[in-house]
Amino acid sequence: MSRGSAERQDGAAWAFLAPALALILVFFVLPVIAGLVLSFTDFDIYAIGDPRVVRAIGAQNYTQVLGDGEFWNALRNTLVYVVLGVPLAIAASLGAALLVQAPLARARGLFRVVFFTPYVTTLVAVAIVWRYLYHPRYGLLDWILSSLHLPTIDWLGDPHWAMPSIVLLAVWKNFGYAMLIFVAGLQNVPQELYEAAALDGAGGWQRFRHITLPALQPALVFVTVVTLLANFQLFAEPYVMTQGGPLRSTVTLVMLMYEQGFRWWRMGRAASIAFLLFALMLGATLLQLRLQRERAS
Amino acid sequence: MKRTLARSAVLGALIVAALFTAAPLVWMVSASLMRPGESTTLPPPLIPHHPTFEHYVALFTRLDLGRCLLNSTLIAVVTTLLSVIINAMAGYAFAKLRFRGRERVFRWLMVALVVPAQVGMLPLFLELKALHLVNTLPGAMIPYLASVLGIFMVRQYAQSIPDDLLDAARLDGASEFRIFWSVVLPVIKPILVTQGIFNLLTSWNDFLWPLIVLSDERKFTLPVALASLVGEHVQDTELMMAGAVLTVLPVLLLFLAFQRLYIQGATMGSTKG
Repeated sequence: MSRGSAERQDGAAWAFLAPALALILVFFVLPVIAGLVLSFTDFDIYAIGDPRVVRAIGAQNYTQVLGDGEFWNALRNTLVYVVLGVPLAIAASLGAALLVQAPLARARGLFRVVFFTPYVTTLVAVAIVWRYLYHPRYGLLDWILSSLHLPTIDWLGDPHWAMPSIVLLAVWKNFGYAMLIFVAGLQNVPQELYEAAALDGAGGWQRFRHITLPALQPALVFVTVVTLLANFQLFAEPYVMTQGGPLRSTVTLVMLMYEQGFRWWRMGRAASIAFLLFALMLGATLLQLRLQRERAS
Repeated sequence: MKRTLARSAVLGALIVAALFTAAPLVWMVSASLMRPGESTTLPPPLIPHHPTFEHYVALFTRLDLGRCLLNSTLIAVVTTLLSVIINAMAGYAFAKLRFRGRERVFRWLMVALVVPAQVGMLPLFLELKALHLVNTLPGAMIPYLASVLGIFMVRQYAQSIPDDLLDAARLDGASEFRIFWSVVLPVIKPILVTQGIFNLLTSWNDFLWPLIVLSDERKFTLPVALASLVGEHVQDTELMMAGAVLTVLPVLLLFLAFQRLYIQGATMGSTKG
């Protein structure tokens, strides 16, 4: 702080902050607190007409949700998406980053833009495109499989394949973003390290294992956490492609919340699902950060 | 010799990956130009035999998607302009103005970052209903007008403004608002442009909140309209592809025009911390 300007600007500062803080307070903090309260009430379609009928029912929403097979099914589907999707997304984006940054690569800028393009497209629109690509009779994917004399797959119609199909779409759409994070990480690795290692006779794999991977550690942590959090919130893809089917195999936690809250207007019940999801995401993130810190040390 | 081989292998792998990445988007454009039913023949055609724009015409006449295009544009542009200025003022105040409680308020804001948006969505809907903002365009904009992440990014950027510059302006008798407008804004312009493009794309592509808050077809944004159309027109592949092109094209063009800035902004949060 420089001399002569020790006086404060309280008035101006609060005037500058007022719009942002007011908006965040009224349209974010307040709803989150209200959501917590809501989750302990029986707020339903009648309460929307007349809020006076709302009653506090303790933890009943939580016990009912946790005792309901629907919740565990949605949790299982969401976890399948997370467990399949996060490693696949990391592998695809890391592979693309290494390829683009390979010393022998050309036209790096062009390829970077091509790989990044799906990330900026509208999710709903490309989900519809992929829905047709997955068509068991006229879709391009099955046509390629059958021209290679491979068995075709009923991508979105088979309960075992529906979620993996959505994972594939998500990897295609998002790998470009994580690729950029990895590229930024790779650009920070000093080239001399590779040259010194090559002189010492280290092979390609050894150089990757002992130079590249450690240098990418911060990028890896960031990408894992961001992908993890995004994956827990899966909603639009199954909403557009499968409506949760077949046999409810693609109903996710956010979709369950949406159905309970905005289709059946069981707001109290839906709020409890939202908070369970929040707790789950927080837990998974903390666990992930801890695991990676242990591995690093 | 060996080096040339390796070079071609890398280039080959890059081209295959690029083809796989671009294929769905190329097919989308191609199928949108086919005659009705042409894409659902075997073997699946890759290019239209007799290119036609009839589906695009249908989108604007029969399906009245022009209105949704207008809604999406209005929501994205107004949200972006307002949020950029609101976040800029707050981010600057946190970075450069001295006031009581600065650190404490900022820390509390950072806590809000860990709470996913869905947690507040149900009560927010009820709140907006009480304010008669459900099923209105402002209702679709409200949750995005101030962003904690946006404030954080402006604050990081604005910290590099030298205090002497601001104090000199104060000695000249400029008001705080005047200083913000003519000294600070020009300096932080790069981060604001980056954020603006980012917000424009995010708002355009958003789905869950507009789906919840907009119930009247005439108020729908393009993604919401598209998701509702696919229900009744699932057999009309070519028509749906035209709708997808209409939705994706504006953001795609915007991205290609500003790709350098956008890519810079997308990785900004990751390199710190």
